[in-house]
Amino acid sequence: MTAVAPLALPAAFQPSNVDYLAILPLLIVFGAALVGVLVEAFAPRERRHVIQVGLAVVGLLGAAVAIIPAAGHQGVTMGLADGSTNRQMFALAVDGPALFMQGTIVLMGVLGILTMAERFGGTGPDAFTPSGASTPGSANETAAARAGALTSEVFPLTMFAIFGMMLFPTTNDLIGMFVALEVLSLPLYILSGLARRRRLLSQEASLKYFLLGAFSSAFFLFGTALLYGYAGSVYFGDLSRAIASGPLAMNGLLLPGAFLVFVGLLFKVGAVPFHAWTPDVYQGAPTPVTGFMAACTKAAAFGAILRLAYVGLDTGRWEWTNALVLVALLTMVVGAVLSVTQTDMKRLLAYSSIAHAGFILVGVLAFDRKAIGAVLFYLVAYGFATIAAFAIVSLVRQNGAEATHLSQWAGLGKRYPVVAGAFAFLMLAFAGIPLTSGFVSKFAVFSAAVGTGGATGTVLAVVGVVCSAITVFVYARVIVLMFFSDAPDDAVEVVTPSVSTTFSIAIGTLVTLALGVLPSALLDLADRASQFVR
Amino acid sequence: MDRLADMSGYLAVAAVLGAGVLLVTAAMVARRLLAPRAPHAAKLTTYESGVDPVGEGWAQTKVRYFVFSFLYVVFAVDAVYLFPWATVIRDADLGRASLVEMAIFIGVIVLGLAHAARRGLLRWV
Repeated sequence: MTAVAPLALPAAFQPSNVDYLAILPLLIVFGAALVGVLVEAFAPRERRHVIQVGLAVVGLLGAAVAIIPAAGHQGVTMGLADGSTNRQMFALAVDGPALFMQGTIVLMGVLGILTMAERFGGTGPDAFTPSGASTPGSANETAAARAGALTSEVFPLTMFAIFGMMLFPTTNDLIGMFVALEVLSLPLYILSGLARRRRLLSQEASLKYFLLGAFSSAFFLFGTALLYGYAGSVYFGDLSRAIASGPLAMNGLLLPGAFLVFVGLLFKVGAVPFHAWTPDVYQGAPTPVTGFMAACTKAAAFGAILRLAYVGLDTGRWEWTNALVLVALLTMVVGAVLSVTQTDMKRLLAYSSIAHAGFILVGVLAFDRKAIGAVLFYLVAYGFATIAAFAIVSLVRQNGAEATHLSQWAGLGKRYPVVAGAFAFLMLAFAGIPLTSGFVSKFAVFSAAVGTGGATGTVLAVVGVVCSAITVFVYARVIVLMFFSDAPDDAVEVVTPSVSTTFSIAIGTLVTLALGVLPSALLDLADRASQFVR
Repeated sequence: MDRLADMSGYLAVAAVLGAGVLLVTAAMVARRLLAPRAPHAAKLTTYESGVDPVGEGWAQTKVRYFVFSFLYVVFAVDAVYLFPWATVIRDADLGRASLVEMAIFIGVIVLGLAHAARRGLLRWV
């Protein structure tokens, strides 16, 4: 029979300990999402949009404030400790990395919500349709709008997604991690299918994302089952201890289990070879959703990868590191090379996000406290720049629809210098030019890889630098196109956005600049937050 | 070899699977060997208790049943959590906190139901 019998629960009933202050940020966001559902049902139609946006923003800012008291209550919570066997059975681990990721996701979520709220003078959010399944402008869509199916329900959906994202890096066991994965994914599947324009692309994106996401969830669950078979427990602490002391005889379960769980997580960050959905979904989804997804999902999933790699499977590192090194190499090379050939702005940014996922993986694979801080910093820097970049993409229009083809961006800098200048600056940040956040974050992860990653770390860093150089060409081409080529006759226009979008673009760009000029404050914070609790 | 030794518990599962496959294969082969064969086109049509088959094999059902099956699943799963709790609710250790927690749990589901009802999803058109 199995060598490790499933670990028994304590015989007598024990209530679980819940530190409500530690999970207050999570509760606030979840509560705001639930109230949003009620608002959607009962608030008068004409005021729903304003109420929903206000509720979402207030909820997220409240959660951001609540992280401060939560930081004083760090530790494992939502569970119980078994005195006789000294086992810690806690569902959540509220620690530095978790709280740092929660704060990042909440603040980027505010910018995401504000971009989604853009109306351009219409009655509802401009990017969304009330009825994603019908043809644009059809009788069905009109009927859906008349029946009161407004687009304001995207805000509660986003809030539920943000709740899942905050939960994802906080979970302390595999089952909780799976629940968080589903909670964050399901709203995103819906949101990516709600684009008002280019509906077929949007529907295709939603379907592809859903099918491939369901596949990756199945991988994750199967890996969870195998790891449970190995360790007799789903808690990361037990898993780590079982690997440290466990018999080699069970390695037949450990290796595939670890690999399958990683597949589920690497899918979410869009790492090659699990990246196939990324360009299609990023292109098809409504542009504000794409920006939100690219920034927040990536942050949440990397938080989960960090916890799994540093807390759950740390003792069995030699088993799976080589596979992850290969994934990181492939991700950087494929993301960088394929971004060269892109002709669509959203697809270009999608491949750029794949390349960035590879760079972040290099930091994850350095296995050091400094590396955790570098990864956390990278996620903030990349996230804010991405949300602003996609927000700008949503402003460049031709005949009312977004002009995402690269050739349509020709000469944009001459006619709209401010917007094109901001976009060029963000491109420089993606490329990693000094005085932008991109330079600091790339320097941090690569120096961590060289410092503590050993020979593989050095190889990864060298490949990373080469791939960054390739991507510099891509971003430079966009800048040249905007500023040094002539505009075509049927030139595109930059729509004047409302305060909310202007605000999120400005904040995203300013954060990118600030983190490039004065990175030390956030680097310090990320470094102090880089200690996982067990 | 060591690696497999600890997996021996799964041998029984594999044996059951194998026995199942073997049983079906044996039955099919025996039928094939014993039964007379007289192929006929009519034998390939859908069997409807002697009546001539009408229409296609694929038929549409009304999509609105989906809502009700969905709601049924929600409340069935909800009951899965309620029953074990109901057996221990009188336990002195559980206290009022568990009652409040359960109320929140049900409340979240009811809230979803209220939203669905308000949006007219429960009306039978």
